[in-house]
Amino acid sequence: MIVLVSPAVDSDVLSSSKKKNLNPDENWGIVEESEYFANKVKLFRQDQLDADEFRRFRLQNGTYGSRLNSDFSMIRIKVPGGDISPEQMEKIANLAESFSIGSAHVSTRQNIQLHWVQLEDVSEVHRGLAECGLTSREACGNTIRNVMCSHFAGVCSNEPFDTTIYAKAIAKFFLRNPICQNLPRKFKFNFACCSEHGYVRIADVGLVPTIQDGLRGFRIYLGGGLGAASFIGHLLEEFTPESRLLSTSMATIRVYDRLGNRENPARNRMRYLVNEMGWKKFQAVLLKERDIVEATTSIPTKNSFDNVLNIGNNIANSLSTISAKKILPLINTDNIQTPYERWLNTNVIAQKQLGYYSVSITLGAGDITSNQLRVLAECIREFSEEQKARTTPQQNFFIRYVQSDLIPKLFTKLSSIGLGNPGANTIVSPVGCSGTTSCNLAITNSHRLAKEIQSKFLELNFDKDSDLCTSTIKISGCPNSCGQHEVATIGFYGGATRIGNSMAPIYTMLFAGSTGETGDLGKIVMRVPAKRVIDVVLKIIESYREEKNGNDTLHEWIHKISIGKGDGKIKTLEDIKKILVPVIKLPSFAENPDSYKDYGTDSNFVAKTARGECAA
Amino acid sequence: MNNMTTQKIKNDGDYSTIADLKQNAHKKEDIVPTTTSTLNLLCDVDTLRTLIKEDKVRIIDVRKKEDYLKDHIPTSVSLPLSDLLADDSPESIVKISNNLGISDNTPVVVYDDTFGALASRVAWSLKFIGHKNVSLLEVTYSSWKNLGLEVEEKSNNFVKSSHSIDIDYSIYADAVYVEDAQYDKSKVIIDSRERLNFLTEHIPNSKNIPYTMIRSEDSILRKPAELKRFMENRGIDFNSEIITYCGSVGTLSGLVFFALKTAGVPNVKLYPKSFKEWKSLGKPKTEFKDATYWDLSAE
Repeated sequence: MIVLVSPAVDSDVLSSSKKKNLNPDENWGIVEESEYFANKVKLFRQDQLDADEFRRFRLQNGTYGSRLNSDFSMIRIKVPGGDISPEQMEKIANLAESFSIGSAHVSTRQNIQLHWVQLEDVSEVHRGLAECGLTSREACGNTIRNVMCSHFAGVCSNEPFDTTIYAKAIAKFFLRNPICQNLPRKFKFNFACCSEHGYVRIADVGLVPTIQDGLRGFRIYLGGGLGAASFIGHLLEEFTPESRLLSTSMATIRVYDRLGNRENPARNRMRYLVNEMGWKKFQAVLLKERDIVEATTSIPTKNSFDNVLNIGNNIANSLSTISAKKILPLINTDNIQTPYERWLNTNVIAQKQLGYYSVSITLGAGDITSNQLRVLAECIREFSEEQKARTTPQQNFFIRYVQSDLIPKLFTKLSSIGLGNPGANTIVSPVGCSGTTSCNLAITNSHRLAKEIQSKFLELNFDKDSDLCTSTIKISGCPNSCGQHEVATIGFYGGATRIGNSMAPIYTMLFAGSTGETGDLGKIVMRVPAKRVIDVVLKIIESYREEKNGNDTLHEWIHKISIGKGDGKIKTLEDIKKILVPVIKLPSFAENPDSYKDYGTDSNFVAKTARGECAA
Repeated sequence: MNNMTTQKIKNDGDYSTIADLKQNAHKKEDIVPTTTSTLNLLCDVDTLRTLIKEDKVRIIDVRKKEDYLKDHIPTSVSLPLSDLLADDSPESIVKISNNLGISDNTPVVVYDDTFGALASRVAWSLKFIGHKNVSLLEVTYSSWKNLGLEVEEKSNNFVKSSHSIDIDYSIYADAVYVEDAQYDKSKVIIDSRERLNFLTEHIPNSKNIPYTMIRSEDSILRKPAELKRFMENRGIDFNSEIITYCGSVGTLSGLVFFALKTAGVPNVKLYPKSFKEWKSLGKPKTEFKDATYWDLSAE
């Protein structure tokens, strides 16, 4: 049997004791910051603080204004590397119940968000977070946002090494660091575990681990990102050794800080700088900057990074010394009888560590109630030898290091509280940003649409069809891509349109986006009224099933069409459009007013937005 | 002096039966616990156990009758909240108090199994008729049992008492009063319902302090210092008059009433008929329809 050492200080891993000492390297919070925030709110309310100045401060502290109602806030809790403890989940459960809406929301960047918090109560949430080692500091604003890491890191069969600790060391180094407190705009890191798993081409800095001549290092991609204009990141060099990770990161931030556009908020992400300078020039400037950084970085500064890395690597090594071995999912997809088997089929994968499995917890567009969080925390203590969980960019939780004989018990416990749904990370569980449920920029209710698709597709058993499973649906409520619609098999972003004399919510549909190191952006197909999105996807699936030739999955079929190389009658995007046009037609408003309304409301549709909070 | 001690209705650990009580009925005055010591708004477990042992308290269980009949805190009497709400006029509350053997000086501790909200409504009612010594048990009945504390199965009845009536209008608000308070800067109206209900519709100019905000993991109310800090964060002037309301009968707002008192706000009123009456009277509401926030809930 493998003895696993928990990264937590406490060795009694099954103890339910809530008072655990925080490991200093895992502690991101500072209680005093909450008091400082409370005072700033008071000053703002007494008109002693300029509104814009307060806004910048608020965002720097992870507090985003709520949709068309400035009395309320969204608090974005950073989960560095997506790594979260049961104690932290319980604390978030309590905070959600006390100060938010009794539910928390997992974002596509592995944050956990609490919505509709009274501005005056935000400091109490900050206090609670600091008490369990978490922070929302620099979760919004023009700084380094949550550092993401593949949730498979450490358990992935194809990874050269576990990147989790590198993600955390980068997060630790830059949090509250003066070097990145006032960048031209937000800045995002994303660590992969292998070339398949990760969002490395759509981050400012995307890192894929690799080993060369026995040395650990990365393939680093720069200048990617999704938004109104999206770009795929460029490879800096074939191999960046581990020893140059910090200097490369610092150099990138320094170049961006110095040369990035501070004038036009619509064009000030680093990807625009790279695009405007041209990659070759940007690359040359960056490599030169790195030499300067390496020549001038003090030893204590460098040590502060290396120490976090060394401690972390010692723990990581004890966790993953088992040789890589590819193991197929637990159960044969042809024989799904019980709800348990159905769940097993999509939600459980074998780890590289023999005998251990990782389990996805399917949420609906990232939402989870306080009570569910508490049960999840119990599940981690009871079933995971790692004693932690990960948040995933698919807006789910991921519990790892579960032994096979415990999986049925885990399923029973999850099911008892509505967390036993199958289809995590498949076409059945679309990603949906928060949309009009809370965001100022949103035009449509992308969040509810994602949930509607989920319940419909579960009913249709689509998760049982291995041809469909590998496809994804991602939905944003506006063109700004928080729902990452450009990297989905079928992506949607919300807008408004006039049909006849009436306004209607409408989505632009994209085909064949993908993630990973070879990830690419989706191509626009057509616009689909909100209340026709489900019908359109069903028609696409129907067409695929009619045309299916050979072993192509839905994703592969859609990819071929997107490049005009379909095998059957449908060869191009134009061909599929012709088939879908009849499906998107709406009856007149008088005949069916409901088809002109958005999900989640009885009111007629109006596109209402306010100033975004993304750029301060 | 008879103020601190009373004749015991039990021998150590051996509680008297109703028959015993009837036998002792002639000692009416003696078996009604009386004391001059004033309870805190929140009664901790140890204090209550001492009071039980010394027979100096009347405990009211406001859960459903069937739950009371299964088991309850020793010496407690049953008063399901629905019985009180059937007629919550001051006269009726006095009658109920008399039937439970509560006289003017009887220290009363109320508990429920609904995070203190039902107990609060009963405790407030006693305060309303002028009872000066009423307290909420700091934990729910489930917590009491989980702590392994003593329970009993037999029902308790006490000899009728005679409570005076001295209505305390300083803790009471009706719709007309709330309507006037809406635009009065020295008054604050607090909606005690959960956030999404508040966003959907509320009394104009009211502020939202959900009942979920004021409780802690191990007590129906947070510590006074913490509650005080919350109110200070909110910029609430402790000299203001605060009126609490909730959805229908004043339970959630009853709990917030006691939270505010605990935080040290002297002047708190309850609008017991709450938003249900407000709406039925066709009074104005503030609605927020610019966001589809209900879809964020995972319920």
